[in-house]
Amino acid sequence: MAEERVVLKNCGVIDPGNISTFLEQDGFRALEKARKEMSPEQVIEEIKASGLRGRGGAGFPCGLKWEMARQAPGDSKYVICNADEGEVGTFKDRHILQNDPFTLIEGIVLAAYAIGAEQAYIYLREEYHYLLELVQGAINQAREKGLLGAVNIDVREGAGAYVCGEESALMESIEGKRGEVRYKPPFPPTSGLWAQPTTINNVETLMNVPRIILNGASWFNQMGTERSQGTKVFSVSGDVAWPGVYELVMGSQLSELVVGLAGAEKVKMVQIGGATGRIIPSSMLDTPLSFESILGAGAITVFNESRDTMEIVYRTMEFLAEESCGKCTPCREGTEVMVNIMEAFYRGEARESDIGLLEELSRVMAVSALCGLGQAAPIPVTDTLQYFRSDYEERIKQKQSGAVK
Amino acid sequence: MQKETGPGDNDRENLLVALKRAQEKQGYIKDEFVTELADSLNVGIAEAYGVATFYSFLSKKPLGRNVIRVCRSLPCYLEDSRMIVKTISDELGISPGETTPDARFSLELTNCIGACDQAPAMLVNHDLHGNLTPEKISQILKEYK
Repeated sequence: MAEERVVLKNCGVIDPGNISTFLEQDGFRALEKARKEMSPEQVIEEIKASGLRGRGGAGFPCGLKWEMARQAPGDSKYVICNADEGEVGTFKDRHILQNDPFTLIEGIVLAAYAIGAEQAYIYLREEYHYLLELVQGAINQAREKGLLGAVNIDVREGAGAYVCGEESALMESIEGKRGEVRYKPPFPPTSGLWAQPTTINNVETLMNVPRIILNGASWFNQMGTERSQGTKVFSVSGDVAWPGVYELVMGSQLSELVVGLAGAEKVKMVQIGGATGRIIPSSMLDTPLSFESILGAGAITVFNESRDTMEIVYRTMEFLAEESCGKCTPCREGTEVMVNIMEAFYRGEARESDIGLLEELSRVMAVSALCGLGQAAPIPVTDTLQYFRSDYEERIKQKQSGAVK
Repeated sequence: MQKETGPGDNDRENLLVALKRAQEKQGYIKDEFVTELADSLNVGIAEAYGVATFYSFLSKKPLGRNVIRVCRSLPCYLEDSRMIVKTISDELGISPGETTPDARFSLELTNCIGACDQAPAMLVNHDLHGNLTPEKISQILKEYK
């Protein structure tokens, strides 16, 4: 097994309500090292050399993002931690916040030091309001110990919107607006929150930062694959014996995770990366989990042989249609049409021409939608058409023979 | 001394924060409140209304004292989240989108609440309840007056 606790090192070890237990480990030593021995540029160089890429799904190089924000002109700069994990099947950041909010705070302060920011925000999804007290308490304790220096960290809560996990929608929400996606460019490192240089990093990405600063880039980048260094934290749920949070070295096989650790049996398909993630059949369980292959934000939903492909895709599409922010037509209308077609398949009322329609619509949405949500929304359809096409055809045949329930 | 952290009362960015506060206090967001807020923050009524109707935790219609949000996303669905809705409907006599006549409970469906490892799960107000069974649900409902 390639389990390795880098991000989750302190989870279950420290008391998340008591900073002393964190300091007894190696808490805030990375920050101390950075402040004493490293310039902000050196911190950025170290992160760049580590190969750390964004853990929220997009995989953008973290050090490069920071460098752009550091070099961008601006009156003030902002660090944002994206704690709005709303992807279906994701709960790893909840687990991290519940068990080790201090490492996250250290990572945020390191990011602020690197880019030259004095204000940071943690954007916490409303669904996790029950974590607010713990997170705020951790910030307060760090502040009282003088560990935040000149950096101020505020928690901003969402109000229930999946799309606010998208970085530009998230910034709109912090600015008090509807969580609608912005046109890009400009990108956040040059023009983000209130049009100032801003870095937005996922909780898990920032958790890696203190480890890298303390142990060095070469310690970190020897783990994983050529283009995916370090570990990945996964949320595993669905038809498994032991749903939960697991951390594996990048490049580990999907089967190690879902069969070996989570105890899945009679697997039909696995959805990797939530509603807009990839769907792969059980014959591909040897797929490595990495940016080169498939990763997403690490949501792994397992479906066993008793599950109906049409129903899975239908319900996934229903979710996406509801959570589409509505700003661009391909996503707003495309997801609605897909829900209708998938409902027809689910109920056994679809026609043969519907498969072609799904394929055409998928192509249009993938190239014309404004943000990642709309571009990736057809993936559950295209992947199941690729690997489970017979399930679609079967349902049409059943209709023709009058055998549908 | 702790720095003042929240946005100032009259700042544009206060719009969502103020709407959330109103939701928390009054259980829903009244039209008059949206109008007054828009005025005090110097934003258009349409914009304030747009924000008030964008987020799923903000409601334009009155909700009960306790709001139940049952997760209907796939991981919970696989663990029979329909059972939760049925149990609550049987117990309280309301369907999703409805409020009990005594205004004690509202029942809503919601998307993934990040508790897939404890599926099926629901939120009651801000409390997470997971690994639900019909018996457990009945017990939980009794806790909310």
